[in-house]
Amino acid sequence: MSDITLNASAKVAEAVPRSAPISQVGFVGWLRTNLFSGWLSTAVTLALGYLIIRWAIGFVDWAIINAVWSVPNNQTQACRDLRGTGACWAVVTEKHRFILFGTYPYEEHWRPALCIALFVGLYIVSAMRRFWRKELALIWVGVLTLIGVLMWGGVLGMPYVPQERWGGLVITLILATFGLALAFPLAVLVALGRRSKLPAIKALCVIYVELIRGVPLISLLFMASVMFPLFLPEGMNIDKLLRAQIAIILFAGAYLAEVVRGGLQSLSRGQYEAADALGLSYWQKTGFIILPQALRLVIPPLVNTFIGFFKDTSLVLIIGIFDLLTAGKTAIIEPAWQGFGIEVYLTVGAIYFIFCFAMSKYSQSLEAELNRHRRH
Amino acid sequence: MSETLDHIASAARTDAPPAILLDKVNKWYGALHVLRDVSLSVALGERVVVCGPSGSGKSTMIRCINRLETHQEGKIQVNGIELSDDLKALDDIRREVGMVFQSFNLFPHLTILENCTLAPIWVRRMPKKEAEELAMHYLTRVRIPEQAKKYPGQLSGGQQQRVAIARALCMKPKIMLFDEPTSALDPEMIKEVLDTMVSLAETGMTMICVTHEMGFARQVADRVVFMDRGEIVEVGAPNHLFENPQTERLKTFLSQILRGH
Ligand SMILES: Nc1ncnc2c1ncn2[C@@H]1O[C@H](COP(=O)(O)OP(=O)(O)OP(=O)(O)O)[C@@H](O)[C@H]1O
Ligand SMILES: [Mg+2]
Repeated sequence: MSDITLNASAKVAEAVPRSAPISQVGFVGWLRTNLFSGWLSTAVTLALGYLIIRWAIGFVDWAIINAVWSVPNNQTQACRDLRGTGACWAVVTEKHRFILFGTYPYEEHWRPALCIALFVGLYIVSAMRRFWRKELALIWVGVLTLIGVLMWGGVLGMPYVPQERWGGLVITLILATFGLALAFPLAVLVALGRRSKLPAIKALCVIYVELIRGVPLISLLFMASVMFPLFLPEGMNIDKLLRAQIAIILFAGAYLAEVVRGGLQSLSRGQYEAADALGLSYWQKTGFIILPQALRLVIPPLVNTFIGFFKDTSLVLIIGIFDLLTAGKTAIIEPAWQGFGIEVYLTVGAIYFIFCFAMSKYSQSLEAELNRHRRH
Repeated sequence: MSETLDHIASAARTDAPPAILLDKVNKWYGALHVLRDVSLSVALGERVVVCGPSGSGKSTMIRCINRLETHQEGKIQVNGIELSDDLKALDDIRREVGMVFQSFNLFPHLTILENCTLAPIWVRRMPKKEAEELAMHYLTRVRIPEQAKKYPGQLSGGQQQRVAIARALCMKPKIMLFDEPTSALDPEMIKEVLDTMVSLAETGMTMICVTHEMGFARQVADRVVFMDRGEIVEVGAPNHLFENPQTERLKTFLSQILRGH
């Protein structure tokens, strides 16, 4: 009996959980602490809010309400009359094929279009952890080969299209995908090599990284396009795109290697020793213990570098390859369309943004998922 | 001292070749002489506790036994196999010798079960199913089978160390090395790990254990080795050694240990 009374009194004494005051939680609380915490912050909030709203209204007016969406056969006068007050999206309507596919033969545009779809499909499949198995490597090899066949043609009734005529978004995707897909394994090997106990391997990796990092990508591309052929025997000619591709792989490889090395260094010696003590071989230790942990740690800088290189592929314009950005630029060279750069660049920028933003978002979710074990 | 050695050697299981033999082992870190003419023979099934002040070379000695460190002079044999640059011999030795570290060193990105099955599957080439059964068997023996699906970071220190013991046992080693397995633990967790080690000792496992847990030494050790400044100073049965220290160095060490507890 006394027990029961004791319990009861203990219950009363126990604080009943209640929700926090309404002024400190939820949207109102957030507004209060972040935007209206004092008279100064209130004033700044109001002033900036006014500017943002005015700018947004101005943009909507320009980009949507006053915009011209299409014009009949290059009659750009309607657009010119609107200069400054409305966007001329007609330039994008008119030139979108050129921006996406460059000088690829018009009737064959379905081929690069299909390639772009294949690339995007490949990214989506690769992003799903469900598909992270050995077969994925085969899928990559298969899809990339298929893309090569589609672009070149010359078989299955598809006319041959020389590489000089490829262009636009598909070039950007080719350079970025092959570039990063090959640079990444190269980077892992170089990063491991830099920590090797064998002096020759170590020296080789250090020299590679330091040499490549020491020159700008532009000069590497120049070398690939101008100097490299000089060293080749007469008559032997490697495709210009391939040379640029190799330059990009080597360049990205050096940068990614340093990122990966950073991850390797952050692992404690105990992890290596525990793996050694269990009798795991070097490659077992590296593959099961070291890399999985090191790479997880460097997902943010890794994706940062990926995104950087995705955009840096646009530098191939200096050796005359028509990537997305160059195609956009070339689209407005024609006299009728001169002066509509903003619309084209906004469009090209939006395309880059979609790819980069998707990468960034995906990396965040991947990071959260893969590092779940560390949160507890 | 050599009398005690002989005495114990005959008391311990005779004839069989020593599980571990160190013969005049020397090691330097740069100019620092960390192991000086260390000689020790451990019979199969024998339990040896190593103690000594910090920096005396205890860790270095047992890490030389599975070649996490290399010695520069002298000879080390494990199960009759001599440690050398021969990689095949090293593989053989590491299969026979399990090690438990002060800082657990579990693989944080793998579950407890995966921690235990990785080496049996890849080093011993055991089928996955069999490796998992074996792992569950040892996890049950260290009394944490219910944690198998968790990650190391979700376990307490004592639980992690018991997993580390189970992980080493899954390789079915003939010899177990412990390097201060309880000194990173809170007092209430020390006992659970020591209990696990006592029950392991009862199975007849050959063990070399660096520890300052004198109670544990008395309970399970056949011999206690006292090291100081890279040398083995005294060796003897625990009671004998603790009650009748022969050297000033051991006396000082014991008084410090006792004061600390
Ligand atoms: N990697 C290393 N490089 C240089 N010196 C080292 C290294 N590892 C250990 N030492 C030195 O070697 C000596 C012996 O170290 P060891 O770790 O074997 O001592 P210990 O007896 O295990 O000490 P503790 O009780 O603190 O663990 C110490 O003086 C230490 O500073
Ligand atoms: Mg130590």
